Amino acid sequence: MTALVIAEHDNKTLNDATAKTVTAAAKVSSPVHILVAGSDCAAVAQAAAGIAGVEKVLLADDARYARMLAETMETLILSVAEPYEAILAPATTTGKNYLPRVAAKLDTPQISEIIAVLAPDTFERPIFAGNAVETLQAPAGKKIVTVRTTTFAAAGSGGTATVEKIAAAADPGLSSFVEENLSMSARPELTSAKIVISGGRGLGSAENFKLLDTIADRLGAAVGASRAAVDAGYVPNDFQVGQTGKAVAPELYLAIGISGAIQHLAGMKDSRVIAAINKDAAAPIFQLADFGLVEDLFKAIPELNDELAKRGIGQKA
Amino acid sequence: MKVLVPVKRVIDFNVKVRVKADQSGVDLANVKMSMNPFDEIAVEEAIRLKEKGKVTEVVIVSIGPSQAQDTIRTALAMGGDRGILVKTDGPVEPLAVAKLLKAICDAEKPGLVLTGKQAIDSDANQTGQMLAALLGWGQGTFAHSLELSGSDVKVAREIDGGLQTVSLRLPAVVTTDLRLNQPRYASLPNIMKAKKKPIAEKSPAELGVDVTPRCKVLKVSEPARRAAGVKVKTVAELVDKLAEAGVLS
Ligand SMILES: Cc1cc2nc3c(=O)[nH]c(=O)nc-3n(C[C@H](O)[C@H](O)[C@H](O)COP(=O)(O)OP(=O)(O)OC[C@H]3O[C@@H](n4cnc5c(N)ncnc54)[C@H](O)[C@@H]3O)c2cc1C
Ligand SMILES: Nc1ncnc2c1ncn2[C@@H]1O[C@H](COP(=O)(O)O)[C@@H](O)[C@H]1O
Repeated sequence: MTALVIAEHDNKTLNDATAKTVTAAAKVSSPVHILVAGSDCAAVAQAAAGIAGVEKVLLADDARYARMLAETMETLILSVAEPYEAILAPATTTGKNYLPRVAAKLDTPQISEIIAVLAPDTFERPIFAGNAVETLQAPAGKKIVTVRTTTFAAAGSGGTATVEKIAAAADPGLSSFVEENLSMSARPELTSAKIVISGGRGLGSAENFKLLDTIADRLGAAVGASRAAVDAGYVPNDFQVGQTGKAVAPELYLAIGISGAIQHLAGMKDSRVIAAINKDAAAPIFQLADFGLVEDLFKAIPELNDELAKRGIGQKA
Repeated sequence: MKVLVPVKRVIDFNVKVRVKADQSGVDLANVKMSMNPFDEIAVEEAIRLKEKGKVTEVVIVSIGPSQAQDTIRTALAMGGDRGILVKTDGPVEPLAVAKLLKAICDAEKPGLVLTGKQAIDSDANQTGQMLAALLGWGQGTFAHSLELSGSDVKVAREIDGGLQTVSLRLPAVVTTDLRLNQPRYASLPNIMKAKKKPIAEKSPAELGVDVTPRCKVLKVSEPARRAAGVKVKTVAELVDKLAEAGVLS
């Protein structure tokens, strides 16, 4: 039997989330095929073909897939779904957008955001903001699954899959793309960065939030935020880490001026090392931080930058 | 135009959830229940559209036990016009919820359905999308803002890279994200008025939907807990510890 993974990409580069989803997929069914839907995205298909363990790449290269809108992705995935025992997508905002449509049309429940595959039909997923873990057995038939990519290692490279072009499916004409306003950043992506520095309401303003940039640049870190910092307009929405934002699991998570609400912890508690700087010794973040510093952040951040510079850690800021 | 807003009764977001010792689920005894926060945002948006004269009626739907009446009343106190309760006993999976909502949409014929993006109990994030597919409608998930015109709705969506705007032909389903609006508190007079607003009751059987769960919950367990680490006294000590842990290279 075979699993189908839907690739995450921007038409130019294959997102790392794809190779991680392949790892989860291989535990559900193998071999693994990948569907690349996009526009002028042959390079993405080539990259997907190089993932170890992938047998075939289906390439639907058509302008209508340029933004992977849910309505067109639904008809495309349904057009190829028949032979597959499992269909998996990364639990990104793209995967979460189209996959439930496919599940509904196949009259199959979707298992959302799995963190482990215990058996081909049995999965673990966090519920209640990660305060509980549900072990769920899917019914017989196709498995439709989204994957929290931070908990699966990326499948290796060296694969030699064939690339097969497939026809575009009907466009139901329900939706159209208008515009995109993406946060441009030279920094690593939040969900795959090795170090994440996140700021909260304690930063106090968009201007102050930039204090984190120097350290982030020095350490090659991604910058994240709490909901409160996003709501207050210090940073854009895509910085939000948490239950209803992004899940991250870096080597180091540095939480600055963040209290540690459960909704925030849900998105970062799987980080390897957590450090927190907060002036309130009773802040809940200290209950799970490996290293906690009770200090005013406006004193601590410049000091931290100096200390790192003094020791020659990271790039020159 | 009519707007339909499905609201779910969930454990309040402030409650520290506890897993039952027998791993059969989480403890619901004496726990505060509230409207799913994303659904409050959906109700608020529907009411604002009505206040702007773009919408004529706001219909609130909840699927759940009889106490879900209270959740509907809360939405009616915010400004919803009438309610529909689909009474169920056990847990209902998102696909079954979507089927029930589809049956209600077939009867009510709303021009727009506003759901939350995610129920904060099961964290499924799929019902709105499933409903849109079953109805054969377009969807604007994770809405940051929306703009309704005659036959279309433009939705700016919170996506991983920033914001994406799509235009959808009506009728459509829109799911709300946190920044769409700040929900109002119901005033006392409105809470009193809401008591008189009608709530119709239906059963899944009447709507022709089998709500028997298809997935089997084998267990619900405690996540691995992290122990609190150490407090350091100075920034220099913090850097020492991080360097020792090997995370600064
Ligand atoms: C439906 C729903 C979904 C949610 N989803 C998310 C989510 O995905 N992610 C998320 O993060 N939150 C989420 N939340 C919000 C969450 O409940 C908290 O409100 C939020 O995480 C708080 O952010 P914060 O820690 O920055 O702010 P606060 O809780 O206000 O904490 C600010 C902290 O900064 C400290 N501080 C202030 N000044 C200084 C200083 N000068 N130096 C040092 N420390 C200082 C304070 O001591 C305090 O601990 C959600 C809430 C709901 C209802
Ligand atoms: N039992 C329910 N009753 C009413 N609406 C629901 C119910 N379950 C889910 N919904 C709606 O679907 C949204 C997404 O839920 P979910 O897909 O379960 O995360 C919620 O925010 C509600 O708007």
